[in-house]
Amino acid sequence: MYIYDNIDQRLVDERVAQFRDQTRRFLAGSLSEDDFRALRLRNGLYVQRYAPMLRIAIPYGLLSSRQLRKLADIARRYDRGYGHFSTRQNLQLNWPKLEEVPDILAELATVQMHAIQTSGNCVRNITTDHFAGVAPDEIVDSFVWCELIRQWSTFHPEFNYLPRKFKIAVSGTVADRAATFVHDIGLYAVKNSAGEVGFKVIVGGGLGRTPVIGHVIRDFLPWPHLLTYLDAILRVYNRYGRRDNIHKARIKILVKERGPEKFRAEVEAEWAHLEDGPATVVEEEIRRIEARFTRPAYEKLADVDYTNVKTPFTAWMRRNVHPHKLPGYAAVSISLKKTGVPPGDVTSDQMERIAELADHYSFGELRVTHEQNLVFADVRQAELHGLWQQLRELGLATPNIGLLTNIIACPGGDFCSLANAKSLPVAEALQRRFDDLDYLHDIGELDLNISGCINACGHHHVGHIGILGVDKNGEEWYQITIGGAQQGRIGRIIGPSFARADIPDVIERLIETYLERRDSEAERFVDVVHRIGIEPFKTGVYGNPDQKSTDRRAALAA
Amino acid sequence: MATLIKNRRIVAQLSPPDLVLEPTDDPAVLAAAAGLARVIAVNFPRFGDGRGYSIARLLRERYGYQGELRAIGEVARDHLQAMARCGFDAFQLREGEDPQEALAAFDDFGDSYQATVAQPLPLFRRRLA
Repeated sequence: MYIYDNIDQRLVDERVAQFRDQTRRFLAGSLSEDDFRALRLRNGLYVQRYAPMLRIAIPYGLLSSRQLRKLADIARRYDRGYGHFSTRQNLQLNWPKLEEVPDILAELATVQMHAIQTSGNCVRNITTDHFAGVAPDEIVDSFVWCELIRQWSTFHPEFNYLPRKFKIAVSGTVADRAATFVHDIGLYAVKNSAGEVGFKVIVGGGLGRTPVIGHVIRDFLPWPHLLTYLDAILRVYNRYGRRDNIHKARIKILVKERGPEKFRAEVEAEWAHLEDGPATVVEEEIRRIEARFTRPAYEKLADVDYTNVKTPFTAWMRRNVHPHKLPGYAAVSISLKKTGVPPGDVTSDQMERIAELADHYSFGELRVTHEQNLVFADVRQAELHGLWQQLRELGLATPNIGLLTNIIACPGGDFCSLANAKSLPVAEALQRRFDDLDYLHDIGELDLNISGCINACGHHHVGHIGILGVDKNGEEWYQITIGGAQQGRIGRIIGPSFARADIPDVIERLIETYLERRDSEAERFVDVVHRIGIEPFKTGVYGNPDQKSTDRRAALAA
Repeated sequence: MATLIKNRRIVAQLSPPDLVLEPTDDPAVLAAAAGLARVIAVNFPRFGDGRGYSIARLLRERYGYQGELRAIGEVARDHLQAMARCGFDAFQLREGEDPQEALAAFDDFGDSYQATVAQPLPLFRRRLA
């Protein structure tokens, strides 16, 4: 954890006071609905279909057990005793009372937490790899850079009212697990031949209505220039991003309309004025931030051999345990994708038990992943079996990380007022259909992502299989894409959409086609799609002329 | 009557601006004129339109404008501190804003992380001092 100093703490406290006053003025009628909307959103407060929703920031997904206990306490006292971890590594409460939100924010501030800029047209929570700091393929510890950017983006006076929301992701490892190519800005750490750290700067990627893979506008930005370069990009966007049409307001549209080359030239021209200015990052600041992060007191350990242990522990070892840069340690995924539980939902009781386990097994810290699971990053290998038993008792040891039932899903039409269709019942129906663990493991690695509308909170575009809720004459239908990948590939639509009841069959047929066509078990679903294209999958789903009824139904839906 | 603020004081009136900039105006083409102007106003047509903040910083930091820089339009209490940090020193508030509440807004936050017109050194450099 980054531990606040007095100034960090004071800013968060002052924010609570500011929002308390804004809420008071709204309730007193001196602040209009519209104006309050702009202000409450940047404090994470939405007014949803049935109740307000509060999105609490978990900067770059890192949490302490103390903070998790506070979240459990807040969910119990101010909500209905559970919370929902989102794909932005945040926590959402679905039933808070608007008048009580200032009190919730004050509670959060006591454990160095907040809801700052978790929504609104400003720079949002910075996201990164959930294995930051422990991954064997680490280039830099991305948490340090995320915290630097968090501070830069917090209440940035110039960039408070951007044309649209703005999402930045940082990758500090060789494998890009932060999806830097589908963010407004992606920063991918690299080292040059001299061993100096810099960032590849990717701009204008994104999902939503118009999925776009970002453009590299700098192959190597030396780290001292990181913040001035961000200032330059944001300034060009703030001044020239479209404000006439909400659907064309993201930076990806500006980059597209200008052309990446011209956009890059504008950023460089702007940066020429800012380069080497006072906002240039200095070594001492990086050291200072590093020193304010708590670090595990690692012991010198040897790796533990589990090859002779039998199932079902093996299945969990295979799917939910990940390599650690130090011998004798491992990172562990805690699956929040048990069949029958909405993806990412955790009860207050579970949060408290998880906090205890984090204290015992992982130095009192944990991470939230964009797949809506949790990670203990620093578990002694010798204690894996003990941890597994404890997690199993809590229903948190489902061995499905990376598999089909590890579904990413937004809250959908059950909660969200933007949604066209429900996503949670679809997720549950699929988890029930693919309940057989042997079959699931045989299918192998598969990302299945569900969004209830085109805003794509469930990241359906980059799922190996993506499901998108669409509205057709007031009815809920679902469009299927295949071949997307988090590393920067957008899935392709297979054809006309389906009724909800048909989705498990459709997915089953996609899986059958895959199993028939794969070269070996090592070839994943997404690899087969990329190798043979989507046609065989379409045929598998929509069938031949003898399957006329399906066709007619599909045609009606189109 | 709209509340008028200059240098963190309520004032009875403000002099008419020499130039009024809209969000789409480019301060670069006005750089020469900026040297002659004594009062430049920047219009904020909507509560959530943030282009004027960049215009203010450019006028102050790049084109060396020293005169009065006034925010006009949809200027609410909730904007004032960030506007001041970007270089505005005069404000013509929209109708209905409470003058005393508005003055208090300049103290909402005791510090800022970023380099600003009001504080050219970012917090991280001052923390090291």
